[in-house]
Amino acid sequence: MQWEVVIGLEVHAQLSTQSKIFSTASTAFGAAPNTQTAVVDIALPGALPVMNKSAVEKAIRFGLAIGADINKKSVFARKNYFYPDLPKGYQISQFELPVVEHGAITIRVEPPKGEAYDKVVNLTRAHLEEDAGKSLHEDFHGMTGIDLNRAGTPLLEIVSEPDMRSAAEAVAYAKALHSIVTWIGICDGNMQEGSFRCDANVSVRPVGQKEFGTRREIKNLNSFKFLEQAINYEVRWQIDQIEDGHKIVQATVLFDPDTGETRMMRTKEDAHDYRYFPDPDLPPLMINDAWIERVKGEMPELPAAMQARFQSQYGIPAYDAATLTASKALAAYYEATVAAGADAKLASNWIMGEISAQLNREEKSIAECPVEAERLALMIKRIADSTINNKSAKDVLRWMWESPKTADELIAEHGLKQETDTGAIEAMIDGVLAANAAMVEEFKSGKEKAFNALVGQCMKAAKGKAPPAVVNEILRKKLG
Amino acid sequence: MLNKTLKQLAAQLAAKEISAVELATEYLARIDALNPQLNALISVDREKTLAEAQAVDAARAAGQAGALAGVPLVHKDIFCQQGWKTSCGSKMLDNFISPYDAHVVEQCRKAGLVTLGRANMDEFAMGSSNENSFYGPVKNPWDLNAVPGGSSGGSAAAVAARLAPVATGTDTGGSIRQPAAFCGITGIKPTYGVVSRFGMIAYASSLDQGGPLAQTAEDCALLLNVMAGFDERDSTSLQRDKEDYTRDLAAPLSGLKIGLPKEYFAEGLAADVAKAIDAAIAEYRKLGAEVVEISLPNTKLAIPSYYVIAPAEASSNLSRFDGVRYGHRAAEYSGLADMYEQTRAEGFGWEVKRRILTGTYVLSHGYYDAYYLQAQKIRRIIADDFQKAFAQCDVIMGPVTPNTAWNLGEKNADPVAMYLEDIYTLGVNLAGLPGMSVPVGFGSNDRPVGLQIIGNYFSEAKMLNVAHRFQQVTDWHTRAPAL
Repeated sequence: MQWEVVIGLEVHAQLSTQSKIFSTASTAFGAAPNTQTAVVDIALPGALPVMNKSAVEKAIRFGLAIGADINKKSVFARKNYFYPDLPKGYQISQFELPVVEHGAITIRVEPPKGEAYDKVVNLTRAHLEEDAGKSLHEDFHGMTGIDLNRAGTPLLEIVSEPDMRSAAEAVAYAKALHSIVTWIGICDGNMQEGSFRCDANVSVRPVGQKEFGTRREIKNLNSFKFLEQAINYEVRWQIDQIEDGHKIVQATVLFDPDTGETRMMRTKEDAHDYRYFPDPDLPPLMINDAWIERVKGEMPELPAAMQARFQSQYGIPAYDAATLTASKALAAYYEATVAAGADAKLASNWIMGEISAQLNREEKSIAECPVEAERLALMIKRIADSTINNKSAKDVLRWMWESPKTADELIAEHGLKQETDTGAIEAMIDGVLAANAAMVEEFKSGKEKAFNALVGQCMKAAKGKAPPAVVNEILRKKLG
Repeated sequence: MLNKTLKQLAAQLAAKEISAVELATEYLARIDALNPQLNALISVDREKTLAEAQAVDAARAAGQAGALAGVPLVHKDIFCQQGWKTSCGSKMLDNFISPYDAHVVEQCRKAGLVTLGRANMDEFAMGSSNENSFYGPVKNPWDLNAVPGGSSGGSAAAVAARLAPVATGTDTGGSIRQPAAFCGITGIKPTYGVVSRFGMIAYASSLDQGGPLAQTAEDCALLLNVMAGFDERDSTSLQRDKEDYTRDLAAPLSGLKIGLPKEYFAEGLAADVAKAIDAAIAEYRKLGAEVVEISLPNTKLAIPSYYVIAPAEASSNLSRFDGVRYGHRAAEYSGLADMYEQTRAEGFGWEVKRRILTGTYVLSHGYYDAYYLQAQKIRRIIADDFQKAFAQCDVIMGPVTPNTAWNLGEKNADPVAMYLEDIYTLGVNLAGLPGMSVPVGFGSNDRPVGLQIIGNYFSEAKMLNVAHRFQQVTDWHTRAPAL
């Protein structure tokens, strides 16, 4: 039987606010346990939550970025359950009326086999909620430590429709989402620190069947690699189960990166009744058009708009514009390079080519590129004005990578400056012609090949420092 | 001296006829003498009180004391107060020393009011008799066999017994008005949102509201001036200009339209209570008021609506008392779930458990629509009824309770019978309106009767005026129990 995979993702993006979603405590990562806790965060008697405006604005930003509906009225609800790292005994979240609904993003999928393609993934909703604290099971013999620094950290839970049909699509979607939230500055995207975590709802069904199969939810995947591995494992497991005559039972599972397997956490039967109800401590969140307009005015240029601008402003092809706007940092690097005087197309070629390749080899991001845009621009200027050729430029770039020297310093140091004095080149060519009379004869008797041989001799005599185009031109002229 | 009002004491302090330390010392002596039999206060801390009083005297000597500075008061044990045990009447918080001040406590501190102690109360403000306290029942100063009302029973008894000139309280379903009525004193529950709930331990968040209890309406106005005001730490606190609640006290009442809801005078109202209320209304006619009959047709629905919404919110609000971070934790348990169960089984009393169970049930999957949502709809209807009534009158008047204070232990076996006693007070909380209790006489058992005054939103100054003018021509509020 042919199986179709159905995947929906729930992503928790930690909003990069200074203070917590309902208190004035700091959200900075890595402080000593329980030092970043206001009375609200440890749920002292009588403590009350107060909405952080900045968290709301970040949710609005997200809604605007994906073309979603921003609800004029949304409601905070209490999700009730007991756990030691949940100090109030309930989590403040949004249930029936979330702040953001609908919207879509276009993803570029690169499947393991076959051609890359574009796909639109629809979003169901995005809602604001608070994070829980952390239970620390190590370091306390037979006991559990509770760190409430994370309690009350603002999260945006972004829920997709079950639109993805493979692990590759799920990963492409997660990456696209990651790129958006970091691009618009609402999340630092640090997956190791848990700022961006994915839950994947996975089911399978026979190709052609309309109804969805029973889903299992894989919780807390904190890398794209794990997301891919977990889904692929889960899909194989579910197909095996069904083909062996078993039924899938709705469940929540955990992925173990060490074994590469998923294992059951709880089934639907033992799921909590969270007893959601509107939080009486927080009035409904009202967002008017003026607020939305103001946030819109503060939004950075989005990737699609920037891509179109790059094509028209810099005259570069669509492919280049798309590649250069893959991240805000890369786009900024490109623009800085052009602004420092580099030819737009040459800059695009070098950044997409040599620079990206070297960064990949070193597993570095563009922000960590040792060659600043200004130094790269100078090098590109030296190519454009024929001071150096492409081959020397590659050497220059390599040296710049290792040292803070400029292209001009390196060109001088290594004597790479091309001969631009045509008189000197002519004299040099005259010498070559005189020394290779036989070749000249061959050429004159109609052997075109001899011309190339003469060019080679000239370049050799110039030790690579004469621009080939100039040598060609003069040589043609002299040979008639 | 101890029969004096807040206003009189403030004047004597300002004139330096008495110092804050002397005044506090007198009250502490009376507390020492009478609290053992009344059980009105949970915590008394002589050193802390005298230190506060000394600081006020020093401020006054330096010319920096406010108008009310040096007047002592008691705080209901529901308001977090830094350095004081804040138990909320529960074993669960018997070991909880608050590290911070509630907004109300902070405001009182800033005004120079001196804390005499912490008033007893029904556990987590759940109760109408003050018998649900971990610290034992409060006795009614008028009759030691009678309940003082609840949940602010300690506050009301303390003021009635002159253990303090004024007290803070909270009212979720009548918890200021009903004990004020049972103890023969004056109390006001302001419009929801007027007094910040920050630091006030939550029972039912959408209904809880702090307010003053005092001998007179004028003292209530003075203390409300201190307690009220916008506080950004409470999202339900209303952003309004600061009001002077004494501003209209002296205004004449001629032309005042008093609405009498027929449902408040129907079957169930005791004859002796009705008689005292009728006499008070007659007094108002003499003061120039007109009386119109009005209807609040859904009065009876307030009881089921309240006893769904309040427990629902309480079941969630009280989840934080889990033994993990502070408060009581069972000494022996096996594993996490057992720790929660043992801790909460030991830490909460029966009424609290009953309401947590009720609240958990009505919020459960499959029951939410039938109970919680339905109760919220009724709440809306009740609020609408009041607005229709206020189209016909300026204030609504009626009894606070169907009966005067009952005997200790009388209704303990039947919680529903006790819930039914709240019939006239619950609607005000569900609608978010201000409500008052004013002493207007005594029942056949010589226990006090309270007149309820209900105003429209933000009409506290008007209600206090209505109560004050009555107190200018009557002396019920000056009567003190013989102890």
